[in-house]
Amino acid sequence: MEGLKQASAGSLESNDLLVFVSPGSGIKIEIESSVKLQFEAHIREAILSVVHELGVHDIHIKVEDKGALDFAVRARVKSAILRARGEK
Amino acid sequence: MRGLQRSFLFVPGNNPGMVQTADLFESDVVIFDLEDAVAPSEKDSARILLSEAFKRFNYQNCETMVRVNSADTHYFDKDIPVVATLGVDYILLPKATVEDIKRLEAYLDKLESPLGIFAIIESSIALEKAFDIATASVRMRGLLLGGEDLTADLGVVRTKEGLEIQYARNRVAVACKAAGIVAIDTPYTDVVDESYLVTDIEEGKRFAMMAKASISPRHIDSIHSVYAPSEKEVVYAYRVLSAMKQAQAKGLGVFSLDGKMIDSPIVKRAERIFALAKKIGLQVTGVEYDA
Amino acid sequence: MRKIPNYIEGYGKVTPFSGAFSDMGAKKVIGVEITPKAPGESKLVASIEEFFKKYPPFDGMTLSFHHHLRNGDSVLNAVFSELEKYPVKEITLVASSLFPVHAPLVKWIEQERLVKIYTNYMSGPVAKAVSQGKLKYPVVMQTHGGRARAIEVGEITIDFAFIASPSCDAYGNINGVNGKSACGALGYAHVDAEYGRHVVAITDNLVSYPNTPIEIFQHRVDSVIVVESIGNPAGIVSGTTKITKDPLGLKIAKMAAKVIEHSGYLKEGFSFQTGAGGTSLAVAKEVKELMLSKGIKGSFASGGITGYMVDMLRMGLFQTLFDVQCFDLDAINSMKENPAHQRMSASLYGNPHCKGAIVNNLDIVILGATEIDTQFNVNVTTASNGMIMGGSGGHSDTAAGAKLTIIVTNLIKARLPIVKECVTTITTPGESVDVVVTERGIAVNPKHSELIEKLKKVGLPLFTIEELKDMAYAISGKPARVDFEERVVGIVEYRDGSVIDVIYPMKG
Repeated sequence: MEGLKQASAGSLESNDLLVFVSPGSGIKIEIESSVKLQFEAHIREAILSVVHELGVHDIHIKVEDKGALDFAVRARVKSAILRARGEK
Repeated sequence: MRGLQRSFLFVPGNNPGMVQTADLFESDVVIFDLEDAVAPSEKDSARILLSEAFKRFNYQNCETMVRVNSADTHYFDKDIPVVATLGVDYILLPKATVEDIKRLEAYLDKLESPLGIFAIIESSIALEKAFDIATASVRMRGLLLGGEDLTADLGVVRTKEGLEIQYARNRVAVACKAAGIVAIDTPYTDVVDESYLVTDIEEGKRFAMMAKASISPRHIDSIHSVYAPSEKEVVYAYRVLSAMKQAQAKGLGVFSLDGKMIDSPIVKRAERIFALAKKIGLQVTGVEYDA
Repeated sequence: MRKIPNYIEGYGKVTPFSGAFSDMGAKKVIGVEITPKAPGESKLVASIEEFFKKYPPFDGMTLSFHHHLRNGDSVLNAVFSELEKYPVKEITLVASSLFPVHAPLVKWIEQERLVKIYTNYMSGPVAKAVSQGKLKYPVVMQTHGGRARAIEVGEITIDFAFIASPSCDAYGNINGVNGKSACGALGYAHVDAEYGRHVVAITDNLVSYPNTPIEIFQHRVDSVIVVESIGNPAGIVSGTTKITKDPLGLKIAKMAAKVIEHSGYLKEGFSFQTGAGGTSLAVAKEVKELMLSKGIKGSFASGGITGYMVDMLRMGLFQTLFDVQCFDLDAINSMKENPAHQRMSASLYGNPHCKGAIVNNLDIVILGATEIDTQFNVNVTTASNGMIMGGSGGHSDTAAGAKLTIIVTNLIKARLPIVKECVTTITTPGESVDVVVTERGIAVNPKHSELIEKLKKVGLPLFTIEELKDMAYAISGKPARVDFEERVVGIVEYRDGSVIDVIYPMKG
């Protein structure tokens, strides 16, 4: 990730997710989810859409999901990345 | 129900579970809260959550509002650009002063945003200036009484009976009536003991409040119940309008009902009550809405 | 839906489900071997240890237990604990329900000493082990009525029927309303007492002879074992939740009440059943308000009984209650004191092959769901990853009998759509399900065109079931299909003994 810190966003409440981002090489995504079986692909896609939107190329993202909808996945990933960039 | 403004439900702006179901609770207006319901460390996250939510959801059944952080915080300047482009109907300004509203108005004008403004009256100075605040901008749509903060400012105890805010309720309501905007009563805040809920809502209405804010979806039904016309009122309204129709058919300008002269204010009230009853589908014996 | 095999190892030939009332021809109940007792012979046994010394356990035996002590039960574990001392294997367990407290059975399953289970509901470690395929033969998930039927016609033969007895005398007169471990009605135990070869009362409250009142009579009981404790009261009467405070649950309840109000079934003399969950209780409260405002008195309310239903009986809103199990102290006390609060056995409750079960006269029932599909089939047996977390209980019995079956549920729970294309497991067939009420809309089974018209006129948000499914998928995203290994770990038996679905090993 472009020379920046670790950060996190979100929570472990139902319908939310906890996102951890840290520097990495390439885009590495780890997903733990209460609905992994049914929605892993959706979650991954939502994460990637934000990563691309923010023009990030190198990042390690880890999420612990409690059934968040796509909009919340996008929001929390976005928050975490912006926080890591020091943009609050 | 969209178009009516009886109930205003606060929904924590950083809570995805509530944000995604906000329009299911049947309140007329939903207030997405970026202020008291969001911890300082999460203000940024909440803004982004609402951005993503409004991209995704179309809240059709209700009007939407966002309570931003007050103008004296550094969050305010970050909130406004985001809120102005969300696609909500209104913005709610806490701890409002006349200057704050003018500043907000200028901000919104510059962004070419159509947002209406609601302001919270929650301090003694704001209460004193209620009418000025209510008319501080053409964008003003309503005032909300913040009972907890106001009583704290006044140094009195906030009670279930609410005697201590009687004057404030009436003052805010009068200011709104004079300004032609909505007066919203302070929410009922006891989430454990709901036995005083209906009494509290009725107290607000007694002192001319026109609507009520709420911090719990469970209070919405009671609010709608209190801020609904009674059967008696609807029947009377129907009779007034029927009598008026008959008088007009005969080319008469004035008319009476039950021996009482019916003049313009009574007709206006009858029209308002009848329209509200029709809109909420209140079934009343003897009243036909399509007549 | 999935193909159901013609034959299943450890179960036998499969009769596939072909309609809720497709098998209503003449039936015959079996005769049971009885060991008469002459005067002067005692039934008392000092302990479970002494019992098995006197009546040795053997390979291939079948044991049965009722679940009136719910997650507070200690009888089942005590019996199996004693059996540890014996080299017995190939055991069949016929337990009307299994709870997390029964975790010690997992070892028996893993050692393949417990090889077959019949049950109507299970949750916790035992359910997980079975879902993982550790049980030698597929579990047979039955309904409350179906279990009674199967035992009565001899599809299941019980060698030792253990009856946890909160109150019992030395000759085997049992009730469930007295004692430190009181549980109320013993509805599920009757068929065990009537058809078990050796019926064993296990009590922690031996009273002087004769006991009063008597629910299970002495002439059914072979032995009486006295133990220190049969269960933990906190776990026994914890079955009732409070009325839900969740605003969406309350909204669903109000909508369900409106459906009931305008269905034409809410009238003088109507009958009603609801579950013990938060939303179901909220519906009961709404129905109570409706009955009070319209001055309607019902004939009966039935099912597992809670204090809420007892209130309605006391208020004169129902003539009588039919109680198969008590969920709380209020229900237990009411049963003791009020003759209008009547007991019912599982067979009387929901056996499809008796001369008319209680469910046959039920007008309205409120039920839950884990999943519902576009054919209105309901799953209350498995989660969408295949794990068993429930079972029919009385679900398909009441749905079959009731004139108006209403399923109340959220449309989506933690991103998982409850209304979906296909359920993971069918518990109750769509033909028995009439209305689905969710916070975002209501779907009525298309066969009820009149009801659809009635509800449209009242301004209820009606949708087709496909539209509800589309709504759910639009919000949560379309869930990926979960593919299961085609090994049968469970059989879902319909009330009549036909097989309505099979369960495959859980994923993840």
